[in-house]
Amino acid sequence: MAVVAADLPSYRFSVRWAAPLALLLIAYIAVPLLGSNYLFEAILLPFLALSLAGLGLNILTGYAGQVSLGSAAFMAVGAFAAFNFNLRVDGLPLIASIVLAGFAAASIGLVFGLPSLRLKGFYLAVSTLAAQFFVQWALTKFSWFSNESASGVIDAPQLSIAGFVFEGPVGRYYFALTVVAVLTLLAYRLVNSQTGRNFIAVRDNETAARIIGVPVLKTKLLAFAISSFIIGVAGVLWAFAYLRTVEPAGFNLDRSFQILFIVIIGGLASIRGAFFGAALIVVFPLVLSRVGSFLLGDVFNSGVLDMSQRIVLGALIILFLTLEPDGLTALWDRVRKRFGAAIAWS
Amino acid sequence: MTWAAGYSAAAGNNRTVDRVAICGWDIARQSIRLGAAKNRGMHAMTLAFGAVGSAPFLPDIQEHLAGLDRSPRHDDTQQLTIGDTVLDLVGVTLSFGGVVALADIDLSVRRGEILAIIGPNGAGKSSIINVISGVYRPDRGHIRLSGRSYSQIPTQKLARLGIARTFQNLALFKGLSVLDNVVAGRAHKTRSSFVEQIVGLGRAGKEQADARSRALDALEFLHLSHVGDRLAGTLPYGLQKRVELARALVAEPEILLLDEPMAGMTATEKNEMADFVRAARDRFGTTVVLIEHDIGVVMGLSDRVVVLDYGRKIADGTPDEVQRDQRVIDAYLGVAPENEDGEGI
Ligand SMILES: Nc1ncnc2c1ncn2[C@@H]1O[C@H](COP(=O)(O)OP(=O)(O)O)[C@@H](O)[C@H]1O
Ligand SMILES: [Mg+2]
Repeated sequence: MAVVAADLPSYRFSVRWAAPLALLLIAYIAVPLLGSNYLFEAILLPFLALSLAGLGLNILTGYAGQVSLGSAAFMAVGAFAAFNFNLRVDGLPLIASIVLAGFAAASIGLVFGLPSLRLKGFYLAVSTLAAQFFVQWALTKFSWFSNESASGVIDAPQLSIAGFVFEGPVGRYYFALTVVAVLTLLAYRLVNSQTGRNFIAVRDNETAARIIGVPVLKTKLLAFAISSFIIGVAGVLWAFAYLRTVEPAGFNLDRSFQILFIVIIGGLASIRGAFFGAALIVVFPLVLSRVGSFLLGDVFNSGVLDMSQRIVLGALIILFLTLEPDGLTALWDRVRKRFGAAIAWS
Repeated sequence: MTWAAGYSAAAGNNRTVDRVAICGWDIARQSIRLGAAKNRGMHAMTLAFGAVGSAPFLPDIQEHLAGLDRSPRHDDTQQLTIGDTVLDLVGVTLSFGGVVALADIDLSVRRGEILAIIGPNGAGKSSIINVISGVYRPDRGHIRLSGRSYSQIPTQKLARLGIARTFQNLALFKGLSVLDNVVAGRAHKTRSSFVEQIVGLGRAGKEQADARSRALDALEFLHLSHVGDRLAGTLPYGLQKRVELARALVAEPEILLLDEPMAGMTATEKNEMADFVRAARDRFGTTVVLIEHDIGVVMGLSDRVVVLDYGRKIADGTPDEVQRDQRVIDAYLGVAPENEDGEGI
């Protein structure tokens, strides 16, 4: 029987894994050779952290159909938990702190996922707001979480695994990239497993799912836990690899919405979607500010930038929701098909 | 031997007979509508059903069963393949606000039979299936299943209790491929945790391979192999209905509940579906409870027919007996053809 199991993934290996492998090669070899510090600090590090958060939310919202507005809270739990594990447990390897932080976020996610057993859609979304407000309140209120620091802002520890220190923008990029790659692979395996099918079954028809023997309540809670685990680790990357500081203010409701937008724009129930969405969300403000100041000069100050950002983003969300509910992923697939057809023609 | 081979054999035996039965019914229906030559029509039909080999149950067998209470009755059923009672509704009453959907229903389902439930819209047919599958909880009465008595069937255990069902309104998982929908029908057999599934070790891989191969068999059995990779939501209605049957069958249920599996289908599709249902019973010994509007299909397919009207059971017997029943003709059979033509509204 082990033979059967081992056979399964391998026979479609070449086609399915070609694109991700090529991307990984580029990300590990080409990008560090060619990229500037600005690319890592301002684009790639936030992109990786937000992609991972989007991936986590997509498991919950895209696959399992449970809407959540508490993503930033779970990121905060992850970041603060990792900080405290690292600070308070002597000799604990950083990677262990991060895994434990994931579990901390998962258990908080589980608690705030309990309403999903009774509530759906809009009402559930509102109840997950409770997570958002509660976590931010608790982290601000009890200075123990911030190691009694007066400002509430604390420096993140050095990133190291087995004695190897990931220093500088490129080092932190490698660290984040590796964490994201591993978790993405696991998430991919998950959504293609029986559990992943259960998620979709619960999303598409809860009654039918229950009737064929899907443990609906367990499945929902599992989706909350796994999703929060991933989002928690994304929070660690955000604080430790990108910002280098840990503070509650960065994990506010705006961030939660940002992650939800990443999922909607990128494409619900798609692993790639989170990456597409995060790329757009990270790159778009930078492009907008460049283009804006080029066209309008000094008139395009930070206030105008912020406002125009929100307007364009809002419009984008509406456009995607109405015209392309499957997000950039579907758009990309269509472009690729056209392109393939064009090549075949010539 | 694969399912498909079994199906072909079973369907091959029955197909011609089925056509005759349906022709017979068509004659009968005309007769009822014209209000004349009733006996001639009935005669044609009776002959047809004789050929199918339906179960000659007595109409008053329900009272008998209610009194005897699960004692063996081999003498009643000796010349049939149909066995003891596998499921009983006892005094089931269900209402929604002021609407009485089911009024004091007693109903027994016997092992291996195809039991049809017919009746006008709103008669309570779906409610019976919803009560059996635990979607609704009766106000009064209980359900007896494999030696236990339930006031409400625990839906989450339904599959493990050996019951699978389809829905009147499609209830497929639109975001899954056809194959994955059917694989999902094995959900109740999953024992591995999500960690094992992610790593792909141990029983997880074995379960996955097993569920997949069974699902592929079920698709082949229902002639769905060519659409296995399509998203379920993109299929035409008739095929989606068939995918639902596949998802139910792959669970290997003892009892299969089908809520209007042929609704909205063309005559050809209906006959195909009837063949599939019969083949499933013949091949796996599955007990089938079937709701269907098309009297022709029902009469040709079922061993026993229960007629509901306004939440009450007004008849219970072989197709022959039921269609001779004056109350049934008055309540249902006589009315439906008129409305079909838009008359008498
Ligand atoms: N969930 C429900 N809520 C309210 N009324 C219902 C519900 N389900 C069924 N009913 C009512 O119960 C009666 C029987 O319905 P149903 O069992 O669906 O009939 P059938 O399947 O025979 O057409 C109808 O009057 C219907 O309106
Ligand atoms: Mg109905």
